[in-house]
Amino acid sequence: MEQNGVTALGYIPLFPLIGSVLAFIIGRSKRDAAGWIATLASAMAFAVVVALVMAMPEEAEYYYRAFTWFSVGGFTLDFAFRFDHLTAVMCLVVTGIGSLIHLYSVAYMAEDEGRHRFFAYLNLFMFSMLLLVLGANLLVLFVGWEGVGLCSYLLIGFWFKNLSYAGAGRKAFVVNRIGDAGFLFGMFMLYRQFDTLDFAELAQAISVNASPELLPLYFVVALCLFVGATGKSAQIPLFVWLPDAMAGPTPVSALIHAATMVTAGVYMMARLNFLFDLAPQAQAIVAIVAVFTAMVAALTALTQNDIKKVLAYSTVSQLGFMFMAAGAGVYWVAVFHLVTHAFFKACLFLGAGSVIHGCHHEQDMRHMGGLWSKMPITAATYGISTLAIAGIYPLSGYFSKHAILAALEGGHNPALEGLLELLVPMASVTAFLTAFYMTRSFAMTFLGSYRGHAHPHESPLRMTAPLIVLAGLALVGGLWLGGTLPHYLAPVLGSPAEHGHESIIEGLMHSWIGIAGIGVGLLCYTSLSQIPATIYRVIGPLSTLSLNKFYFDELYAAVVVKPLEAIARVLFRVVDQGMIDGAVNGTAAVVDVSGEVARSTQTGQVRHYAFFMFVAALLMLFLFVFAGRV
Amino acid sequence: MVPVTYYLTLSALMFTLGIVGVVIRRNAIVVFMCIELMLNAVNLSFVALSRLVGNLDGQIAVFFVMVVAAAEAAVGLAIIISLFRSAKSVETSDANQLNG
Repeated sequence: MEQNGVTALGYIPLFPLIGSVLAFIIGRSKRDAAGWIATLASAMAFAVVVALVMAMPEEAEYYYRAFTWFSVGGFTLDFAFRFDHLTAVMCLVVTGIGSLIHLYSVAYMAEDEGRHRFFAYLNLFMFSMLLLVLGANLLVLFVGWEGVGLCSYLLIGFWFKNLSYAGAGRKAFVVNRIGDAGFLFGMFMLYRQFDTLDFAELAQAISVNASPELLPLYFVVALCLFVGATGKSAQIPLFVWLPDAMAGPTPVSALIHAATMVTAGVYMMARLNFLFDLAPQAQAIVAIVAVFTAMVAALTALTQNDIKKVLAYSTVSQLGFMFMAAGAGVYWVAVFHLVTHAFFKACLFLGAGSVIHGCHHEQDMRHMGGLWSKMPITAATYGISTLAIAGIYPLSGYFSKHAILAALEGGHNPALEGLLELLVPMASVTAFLTAFYMTRSFAMTFLGSYRGHAHPHESPLRMTAPLIVLAGLALVGGLWLGGTLPHYLAPVLGSPAEHGHESIIEGLMHSWIGIAGIGVGLLCYTSLSQIPATIYRVIGPLSTLSLNKFYFDELYAAVVVKPLEAIARVLFRVVDQGMIDGAVNGTAAVVDVSGEVARSTQTGQVRHYAFFMFVAALLMLFLFVFAGRV
Repeated sequence: MVPVTYYLTLSALMFTLGIVGVVIRRNAIVVFMCIELMLNAVNLSFVALSRLVGNLDGQIAVFFVMVVAAAEAAVGLAIIISLFRSAKSVETSDANQLNG
């Protein structure tokens, strides 16, 4: 059942767009108004989404054609929105968590000179993200996809006077372009084959065209789209931009680089599940890449000392978990983990922001410690989220991560045959590492004694209130959504296999990985602090590898950046300066020299001219007389 | 009767003298006189050849040349006078403002 012309759909992205413009214009003269305008716009969008979800009948989807975007030849493209259950979940996450983060930012950015710019960008991001999840065809999705990329670039480089921050923004933009090229190619191939980009029509066309000769095409298209996802959702090999993206203000990291934008790739795969299901080899590649990304990022997070860097690598790792589920073909689990991750990771980032705010812009965990007593609310919420991400029953992360491991283990993908014996243990080890490094960050920040020189203080209510709400969601979100989400998403993503309820005892037993990680982490970083040092000494080279982020940046510098610079230098010196400038300057030089020669004949002496005339007359005479005779 | 070759040789000599004079002399009046010499060398050829072939076309051409020469004398002298007024000299080498 499809309902047309639900105008309310248009308001969802419209509010943040208007909010963005107003925040910028009004904020120029009244800096403090910008934050409230942006928060209000975001909250209004949230209200519309909630009202729509409430009013939405079972099995329904809304459709709204805003306008015909363009019509070329036989190709008409509508700027249209589709609101089904998957979109509903995404919209709730984006606008709900987005509103909380807006509220938090009002306090966090209160001192910043450019906060009207900040809130305008933040609302513009909300607009783009909502376009991304609401788009009824691939091109509207792509507009949102590019829009969030732009906002990410603008917000990473928000403090652009620091050149390395501006460079981080540029890096994010350039790396994402590589992924976007793959996305575009996939889109082109789909259009070429099916003459449409509309999701419903594509699903229809693909379901009736499952013939074997089209399977290679589906494989290539799925792979191209996944390349786009590796860029946006920070997977190997394009994840290098996300850790650097921590240069942006912390609420940006929470909203864009943890909860929403980076999950766009997961959403895209869930949206195009009908395509990926027909490309099992592509799914296998997704799963393999995801497992390795999760592992490498978790290993890197073990040794980072910047509190935001730990969370950034943790995000990369958790995105890997989402892609594991998507690669295993169990999309609702991917979306489930997307939602729970949005809860606890947004909470962790905002908590980190609160700590940074309280410690006067200190980000190095070696200069923290003992903040538990000084910032009790931040510490409690951070602790709850740490337990959630570690996968402890009955917190939200337990349910989603457990479901992911189960999905990966129970996968029926023939292309993964034999590989599962490797991938599932790797994923489990990664889950252990997650618990370990998150405990490490919690212990280094909040336990022990204070090692810094500032005077930490608890953040104001406007910052702690979002923390409390998010921590509450991280606490009960899994229990609540684990039962309802699979059925709610079933119309879009297919019915999941039923699995029985588990008792508390079973739940606690299944969270042994997380408990082990936390236990070891607490042991290493509180009572027996000499253990890590010993370990690092024993496995010296390996810890250096982790500390230096597996040399990915250095590798790319050597393989991509340096050769490109060399080529650019050759092009500049030889082609541009030599050939192009040479042609221009050479033309000028020829004119110059010939002019120099010609001007020597212009003596100004009448008798010279007369002489030339005479010689010329003589020549002509000879020509007439003698040449005429021949 | 004097053969026509003599006339033509004299004419050629006069013309060459005129050319050489125009090219090497600097005094504008002398240059001017050399131009007259060239015109008259041509006139001599016209008349001699007219008599040789026995029609009057050449002699009529001479009249035209004389008319042009008279006009040229008037214009040329005027140019020389204005040259003298501006450059305080009648040397052609002093009138070299067109030097590139």
